[in-house]
Amino acid sequence: MEATLDPTERLKQRFGTETFTTQRAKDDILTLWLPLEKIKEVLWYLKNEIDRPYILLFDLSAIDERSRNRENGYPSGNFTLLYHLFSFDRNSFIRLKVALNGEFPTVPSITNLWANANWYEREVFDMFGIRFEGHPHLKRILMPESWQGNPLRKEHPARATEMGPFRLFDEKQDREQAALQFRPEEWGLQSSSDDSDFMFLNIGPQHPGTHGVLRIVLQLDGEDIVDAVPDIGFHHRGAEKMAERQSWHTYIPYTDRVDYLGGVNNNLAYLLAVEKLAGIELPERANVIRVMMCEFFRIASHLVWYGTFAQDIGQLSPVFYMFSDREKIFDIVAGVCGGRMHPNWFRIGGVAQDLPRGWDKLVKDFIDYFPKRLKEYDAMVMKNSIFKARTVGIGIFTKAEAIEWGVTGPGLRACGFDWDFRKKQPYSGYDKFDFDIPIAHNGDCYDRAVVRVEEMRQSLRIIEQCWKYMPEGDYKADHPLTTPPVKKHTMQDIETLITHFLGVSWGPVIPAGEAMSCIEATKGANSYYAISDGNTSPYRVRVRTPSFPHMQMLPYISKGYTVADMLSILGAMDYVLADIDR
Amino acid sequence: MSPAIIVVCVLGGLLLVAPGLIWVERRLLAVWQDRYGPNRAGPLGLLVVLADTLKLFFKEDWIPPFADKKVFVMAPAIVVITVLMSFVIVPFSPGFIVVDLNIGLLFFLAMSSMGAYSIILGGWASNNKYSLLGAMRGAAQMISYEVFMGLSLMGVVLITGSFSLHDIVEAQRNMWFVVPQFLGFVIFLIAGIAETHRLPFDIPEAESELIAGFHSEYSGMKFGMFFVGEYIGIMLISCMVTCLFFGGWLGPAFLPPIVWFILKMFAFIALFILLRASLPRPRYDQLMEFGWKILLPLSLLNVMVTAAIILWNENPQ
Repeated sequence: MEATLDPTERLKQRFGTETFTTQRAKDDILTLWLPLEKIKEVLWYLKNEIDRPYILLFDLSAIDERSRNRENGYPSGNFTLLYHLFSFDRNSFIRLKVALNGEFPTVPSITNLWANANWYEREVFDMFGIRFEGHPHLKRILMPESWQGNPLRKEHPARATEMGPFRLFDEKQDREQAALQFRPEEWGLQSSSDDSDFMFLNIGPQHPGTHGVLRIVLQLDGEDIVDAVPDIGFHHRGAEKMAERQSWHTYIPYTDRVDYLGGVNNNLAYLLAVEKLAGIELPERANVIRVMMCEFFRIASHLVWYGTFAQDIGQLSPVFYMFSDREKIFDIVAGVCGGRMHPNWFRIGGVAQDLPRGWDKLVKDFIDYFPKRLKEYDAMVMKNSIFKARTVGIGIFTKAEAIEWGVTGPGLRACGFDWDFRKKQPYSGYDKFDFDIPIAHNGDCYDRAVVRVEEMRQSLRIIEQCWKYMPEGDYKADHPLTTPPVKKHTMQDIETLITHFLGVSWGPVIPAGEAMSCIEATKGANSYYAISDGNTSPYRVRVRTPSFPHMQMLPYISKGYTVADMLSILGAMDYVLADIDR
Repeated sequence: MSPAIIVVCVLGGLLLVAPGLIWVERRLLAVWQDRYGPNRAGPLGLLVVLADTLKLFFKEDWIPPFADKKVFVMAPAIVVITVLMSFVIVPFSPGFIVVDLNIGLLFFLAMSSMGAYSIILGGWASNNKYSLLGAMRGAAQMISYEVFMGLSLMGVVLITGSFSLHDIVEAQRNMWFVVPQFLGFVIFLIAGIAETHRLPFDIPEAESELIAGFHSEYSGMKFGMFFVGEYIGIMLISCMVTCLFFGGWLGPAFLPPIVWFILKMFAFIALFILLRASLPRPRYDQLMEFGWKILLPLSLLNVMVTAAIILWNENPQ
């Protein structure tokens, strides 16, 4: 029975044995190399025909292989095109790799297979210069249109100091200014239909309703939205490129800033991948500390969402109450970690320090305090009839549409699908905790809010269990690759001293390999795919964030609504610009 | 008292109190939102009013080059003028009224209709899409709520048999009109909030959608006029509610009539601010629907029932 279900066997039966090369990956995700000509058929087969299909295009990216210390035996070329698919029925990922040769390779687009491939392919085009044939709108997405080069190619400089001094000549300024001229056709928009001229409304990058530097070009007929085109990239800082010049350890603070409301959740997603590569098992106490902090940040992030969502709908006060509650969480976070929004607290193999004395009182106070407040907010926001009128039945998508567009997290759960990676693929010991996955059924803005509000209660349950059953033990694994290396293991002899010295100065050398982590972050599935070629810094880190596909869906779900509704839709989406642009 | 003194008192009072309301609103909002509000400049932060006013005066008075200059300058003046004019008919206490027009209520309705021009012209002259959307919404909102506002007052007029506010207040010696005209009161209050476009009816400026709506392009004292106009508008509606439904200056004799009037007025101003602190904003079309499908039939019903009862009482069979 199992043999017939093994996707490799099925694929080999269908497309021939010699088509596929299996690669062993450290994260036990089935990894197959296949030739470029077959990729579209194989993807189609995996999505539509295989039993228990891989219906979610989880991630699509590329790797520049040209300066890598390669492992032998795999058909790798100059570049590798990377597809991550996910099957909910199987509860497993599959990774497909295509070796590409040539300086600027061309590959077939799969935008007609998956709707969310569109932005991913544009990103690959932008970052690597790989062209996608048949893509409807192949333009840069994160970098400005006038940018020279493709940032994630290895020859592109990573630091400003490698690029020579910046100069803005008059003609360059004119050129840049001209590039900013708005021409609807370049955005794939028409300026009039048969019976009316459209109005184009430029929302952002500076606008009180967009929560950050997001620009949306709206095509309006009166106040009705005909089309909306999000313009992202204003918050792009090259988090993936930075990884390539940081040590494995010093990259941790950068992850904090990807979903800047999610705090340590980002650390966790990155470190799980690194720990898989290094083969580090965490002591139980370290895991429970991690879970507790992650859940605190989930509540903190949801509180920001709750307050700003209410504010988008025009309610002035909730945001103040919710931010002061968030402040209470930050008091705990500061007590434990010293930091607030970006605590930079997790380390390879554990956390930075043990919990401080008196942590249990801080946590207990919050556990006692918070449920009453949530109840109050229910009365103030969720039960408010105007709030309901603004959110019920607005921005609806179904489960099938959500999956087609790569929606994960509360958005997916609001469609009645109880998918939560904490339960389905438990990491960091989430399987030991008792909590429910809240769901709702209509998939509208209100239901997304319902799910998040209930999630805060569930997070509080998890925190309470952490508080009750915090195990004794080490807060960091006993492993040579943990960072910073534990001091007590040094001073034994010259060897331990050298290891410690190198571990502190250069950072650990993570064994060559590839591993992906996938966690249920505050906004959806967050995943880091780390590649080591046996160096002190990652060869490549791919950051798959939930907000990116969510924002891509905006035009699809806001068509036909009014400008005011779009603010509800944006508010209910709960995105963070840094999480979109990285 | 000679009319000239009354005019000076009313005008001076209004122009002094209106900026003071900024402080009242910010402090009250702060109390309701668990924070401090302005508390640094002067005692209780009162001098923040002065600071705000000075800032507005000294700000660059900028007219965008793409705007229609004349109309752009005129628009903010209209709102202040019309609202101030309305105060002419407000009886603060028995002798303290600028002119006791026998068409007082109609004059008030006419003036508040004129106020819509400032939004439309300001939004149109700004030549900005956000302003235009705000102006469009504002025009539609004000014109529709005008209708129910007028209708909701007809009950009061029927009972009193006069449009003069002085007579209306006098007619409430036995019972405040809020009791027999409760429906009329609710509708008038809602329409009044819509007229002043305050939350939850701040759709013309809807910050999270339209940035600042019809006055996005205004700065300095021109913006200040819209701002002050809004606060005087709040006072006006509060005064009207007080006169029409809560017995105006009438009250137990231990306080002078004018004090009763002011107390009642401030209670309603506080209500306005509380509404702003607690309610979200409906969508533009929902607001219209609410007006035409619920408020209009209700106010018509109110007029009919009131009229029927009055007729019944005059000649019962």
